[in-house]
Amino acid sequence: MDFLSYLITGLGLGSVYAIIALGYTMVYGIAKMLNFAHGDVIMIGAYAAFFIAGNFNMPAIVAILVSVFVCTLLGVLIERLAYKPLREASSLSVLITAIGVSYFLQNAAQILWGTDTKIFPTLFDFDNISLFGGKLQISLLTILTIVVCIIIMIVLTMFINKTKIGKAMRACSEDKPTAQLMGINVNTTISVTFAIGSGLAAIASVLLCSTYPAVNPTLGSMPGIKAFTAAVFGGIGSIPGAFIGGLLLGILETLSKAYISSQMSDAIVFLVLIIVLLIKPTGLLGKKVSEKV
Amino acid sequence: MEMMKTAFLGKNKNRSICVGVVILAYIIIELLMFTGSLKSLFINLLVPVTSYIIVALALNLVVGVSGELSLGHAGFMSIGAFTGVIVSSVTSTMITNDILRLFVAIIAGAIVAAVFGFLISIPVLKLQGDYLAIVTLAFGQIIKSLINNTFLGYDASGFHFSFITNNVKLSTGGKMLINGPIGATATDRISTFTVSVIVLIIVLFIIFNFINSKYGRGVMATRDDRIAAQSVGIDVVKTKTIAFVLSAGIAGAAGVLYGLNFSTLVPAKFDFNQSILILVYVVLGGLGNMLGTIISTSLLVLLPELLRFLADYRMLIYSVVLISIMIITNNPTINKTIKKIFKKNKAEGDLNNG
Amino acid sequence: MNFKKLLSTVAVASMLVACGGGSTESNESKAFKIGVSGPLTGDAAVYGNAVKNAAELAVEEVNAKGGIQLELKVEDDQADPEKSPTAYGTLKDWGMQIGLSTVTSGAAAAVSQNYADDQIFALTPSASSTTVIYKDADNTQSFGYVYQMCFTDPNQGIASADYIKAHTNLGTKVAVIYKNDDNYSTGVYQKFMSEAKAKGLEVVSETSFDNSSATDFNVQLKDAQAKGADIVYLPIYYQPASLILTQASKMGYKPSFFGIDGMDGILTLKGFDTKLAEGVYLLTPFSADAKDDLTANFVKNYKAKCDGEVPNQFAADAYDCIYAIYNALEAGKATPDMSNSEIADILKKQFTSMTFNGLTGTDVTWSEKGEVSKAPKAVVIKDGAYVGVED
Repeated sequence: MDFLSYLITGLGLGSVYAIIALGYTMVYGIAKMLNFAHGDVIMIGAYAAFFIAGNFNMPAIVAILVSVFVCTLLGVLIERLAYKPLREASSLSVLITAIGVSYFLQNAAQILWGTDTKIFPTLFDFDNISLFGGKLQISLLTILTIVVCIIIMIVLTMFINKTKIGKAMRACSEDKPTAQLMGINVNTTISVTFAIGSGLAAIASVLLCSTYPAVNPTLGSMPGIKAFTAAVFGGIGSIPGAFIGGLLLGILETLSKAYISSQMSDAIVFLVLIIVLLIKPTGLLGKKVSEKV
Repeated sequence: MEMMKTAFLGKNKNRSICVGVVILAYIIIELLMFTGSLKSLFINLLVPVTSYIIVALALNLVVGVSGELSLGHAGFMSIGAFTGVIVSSVTSTMITNDILRLFVAIIAGAIVAAVFGFLISIPVLKLQGDYLAIVTLAFGQIIKSLINNTFLGYDASGFHFSFITNNVKLSTGGKMLINGPIGATATDRISTFTVSVIVLIIVLFIIFNFINSKYGRGVMATRDDRIAAQSVGIDVVKTKTIAFVLSAGIAGAAGVLYGLNFSTLVPAKFDFNQSILILVYVVLGGLGNMLGTIISTSLLVLLPELLRFLADYRMLIYSVVLISIMIITNNPTINKTIKKIFKKNKAEGDLNNG
Repeated sequence: MNFKKLLSTVAVASMLVACGGGSTESNESKAFKIGVSGPLTGDAAVYGNAVKNAAELAVEEVNAKGGIQLELKVEDDQADPEKSPTAYGTLKDWGMQIGLSTVTSGAAAAVSQNYADDQIFALTPSASSTTVIYKDADNTQSFGYVYQMCFTDPNQGIASADYIKAHTNLGTKVAVIYKNDDNYSTGVYQKFMSEAKAKGLEVVSETSFDNSSATDFNVQLKDAQAKGADIVYLPIYYQPASLILTQASKMGYKPSFFGIDGMDGILTLKGFDTKLAEGVYLLTPFSADAKDDLTANFVKNYKAKCDGEVPNQFAADAYDCIYAIYNALEAGKATPDMSNSEIADILKKQFTSMTFNGLTGTDVTWSEKGEVSKAPKAVVIKDGAYVGVED
C-alpha cells in the first residue's frame, strides 16, 4: 500500500516536471536553444499568483489567469529583448544569455519582493480521498495535477498537429529558411512558442506551489534543472517525450528516496539518466538525426 | 620537424602572447604587493582568480578546441580539490616544506581527476551535442552527491571511511578529512599566488602543445567536420578522449590550488551553477581563444567585487552586463566596425561566430 | 580576437585603477568601525538581511546615546566560503577595527584565520559551527579572536537529546529529518545522534533532504509514520519545517514536533497557517513574542525600521552582538584611535570576564576559546504564540 501511495506522489511531482519540460522542449524544438531562464519564469508566475491570491482575496481561477498572463508576456518580452538579437549567433552565446536572464529574474525578484520565503495561499482546499479503509490516502490536489497535465498534453498535441500556427511551428523546427520561403513568419512563430511555453510554466507554478507552498526568488531553479533533465530523458524536442520523461523522473525520484536512500536520490536519478542515454542516445522518444555529409 | 615549426609559428606566437601577458600581470601585481598598494580585497582574490583561469582554460580545451559542451567541469574541480586537501593533510608531517607539499597535492589531484575524466569519457563521448552536455551535467551532480555523503577520517591507525551515515570514529589526534556536507575544515592554506602562476604557465604550455600536436589537430578537424575527419583516418573517439582526460586533469589541478587556498571547502560549492559560471568565462573569452579566457575570467571574477558599491543591485547589474556583452559581441554591425578599427586577421582557432 | 585585445587593454587599465589606493586609512574619525559580511543576495539572503537590519538598528540606538560612537559596514558574501575572504578584504580596506565575522558558518570558518592573523576581534551573531572558533577537529585549539553569540551546533544537539529523553510525555520513538547538505543541520544532527545513543534514546527513523528536494517531504514523513515515530525531531530552518508541518497535517500524521533555534520564525512566515504549528516544541534563545521590555522594544523598533517584518533569531543575535561589544568597549575604556590589536586585547579581556544580558539570554558569559554559555529555553507554540515551558 505504501508503494502505491509513493507511486501516486511521484506521478504528481512528475506531472509538474512534465508541464515545465514541455516548455523546455518546445523552445528547444524551434529555437534550438536551452532556455535556462525557464525555471525562473515559473518563479515569477508563482509570485504573480501569490500577489493576486494573497492581496485581493480573488478566486483561484483569477490568480491562475493573471499568472498565465504575466508569464506569457514575460516569455515574449524575454525572447524579443534578449534572444532575438542573437538569432544568428552560436547556440552557446544564446545559452549564456539565457543564464544572464536567469540571474536577472532572480535578482529582480529579490529586490522587488525581498528574500524571505512566503507561504503560498491555499487555492484549492481539498480533502484527501481515503481508500482501502483509510490505508491509502490520496491527495485530491495530486489527482488534479495529474489530470491537468494530461489535458495540457492532449490539447498541445492537437494544437501542434491541427492548427495553422501549430503547423507553422513544426515547419520552423524542421527547416527555418524553407519555412520562411513558404510564407511563414518565423519571428512570430518563435514568439508564439515562447508564449505557450511560459504560459504553461505559470500553470506549473500554481500547481507546484499549491503542493509545496513556499515562494522565494530561487524557487524555480531546481524544478527547472529537473524538468530540463526530464526533457532530455524523453528526447528533447519531442512533446510526448517531455510528458513521459517528466512522469518517469518524478516516479524515479520519489521511489529512490523511499526505498534506496533519501541522500542519494539525486545521484540515482542522474545515474538512470546516463544509462538511458547510453542505450538510447537521443532519449526515449527522441528523433535520430542522420548525419549529413 | 623544422617545417612543422615554421608552419605553426602562428600558434607559438599565440602561446608566447598568453605566457607574456600572464608574466607581465604577475610582475605588476607582485610590484604592487611589494609597495603595499594592493588592496586586501585583491590580495584575497589572487589565488581564486588564477585557479578559475586554469579551470576555464581546461574547459576551453573541451568546449572550444574539442567542440563538446561540458556542463560538469566543477565536478573535476571538486575531485581535485578534495584529493588535494586529503593529500596535503596526510603528508603534512612527512613533507614539511609547504611548496613541495602543494606540488605533490597538485599532481595527485590532477591524476585522480584525470582518472575520473577517463572513466566518464567512456560513456560521454559515445554521445553527441546536447545529450553529451546533459550527461556531463549528470556526472557533475553525481560527484557532488557522492562527496556530500562521504565521511573520511585519518588517524594513527590509518584511514576510516563510511558512506551516507557518519560512523567514523577517530582516536585522539585523528582528523576528519571529509565530513559529509560540512566538507573539509581547518585546512592548511598553502596555496600561493606564485605557485598558481607557475601552474598556469605550465598549463598554457601543455594546452598549446596539445593543440599543435597530431591529436590536437585531429580533434579540431573532428570538431569542424566529424565525417571528413573520420574518412581521413582520424580516430575520433581516441582524440576526443585525450582532450577530455587532459582537461579533467587540468581542472583537478586548479581544484587543488582552489581547495588549499581556503580553510573550509564544502562539496555543495561545486554544483551546477559553478560549472555554468566557468562556461560563461569560456564563452565570453571566445571559444578556443586562450588569451580571451584568461582576460574574461579575470574580469568576470573581479566585476561583482568592483560593483560592491551598488549594494543590493550588484548582481542585477552583473546580469545586465552579461546579457549586454553577449548581444553586443554578436551584433554583426558592431563586429564589423571593430574589425575595421583593428584591421587584423581573425586568429586561428577562434570560432566565436561558428 | 581583436575585440578581446580591446578588452585586454581595458582589463589591464581597470586593474591598475582598481589596485591603486591602498589601505593606509588613518583612524582619525571618532567612531569604532565595525564590519560584518553576510548573504545579502542569493539563497540565504534572508539571514544576512536580518543581521544587517538589526545591527544597523542597534548601532543607531548606541550612537543616539551620545557616548561611544559606532560605524557599521555590511558586505555581501552570498554565504559562500569563497566570497567571504574578499568581503573580509573589502572590510579591512575600509579600516574595520572590530568584526561581526559573518552570518553563516561555512563563510565564517573561511575568515577566522584572517581575523586571528590581523588581530581583529570578531563576535559572530549566528555562525554556529565549531569550525568557526576552533582550528582543529578535537576542539582544543581556538583561533582566539573569534567569539560566538549563538550556541555551537553540538550544544544544541546535546540539549535537544537531553530534553527529549527527560520528557517522555512528548514521545519515545524519535524520527529525525535533517538537511544533509547543510552545515548547521548536519552538525546538530550528528551530535544529537551520538548523544541519543549514549542516553539510550530510541531513534526509529532517520531521513534527510537536500537543497534540490527541499519541497517534498512525503517520503520522509511516511517513513517516520510507518515506523511508529511519535516525536519528530527537526534540526532545520523554519522554511522547510513549515512544509513538513503542512504535509504531515495533510497526511493526517500527528506526532509531537521538536525543533531548534532555526525553527524560530515559523510563526511570522508570511501566509503560514500557524494552527499547523500548534504544539510544536523548540529550543530557542529568543522569541519575538516574549513580554519583557527589552524584547518588546526591539521588536517594535525593528518592525518600524523594516516595514513590519518581525525579527527572527538572527536579528536578535546581531542586536545582542552590537550591545555586547558596546558594553565591553565602554567597560574597557577603549577609544577609536587605538590599534586593532589593542582593541582586541581589551575586548577579549572584557568578554571573558563580563556577564551580558540581552535578547537571547541572561547571564551570558564567554570562555577564552570564544564559546558562549547561555541557557537554551524550551518553548511550546500555543494559540499562535510561544509559551515558555516550565518544569
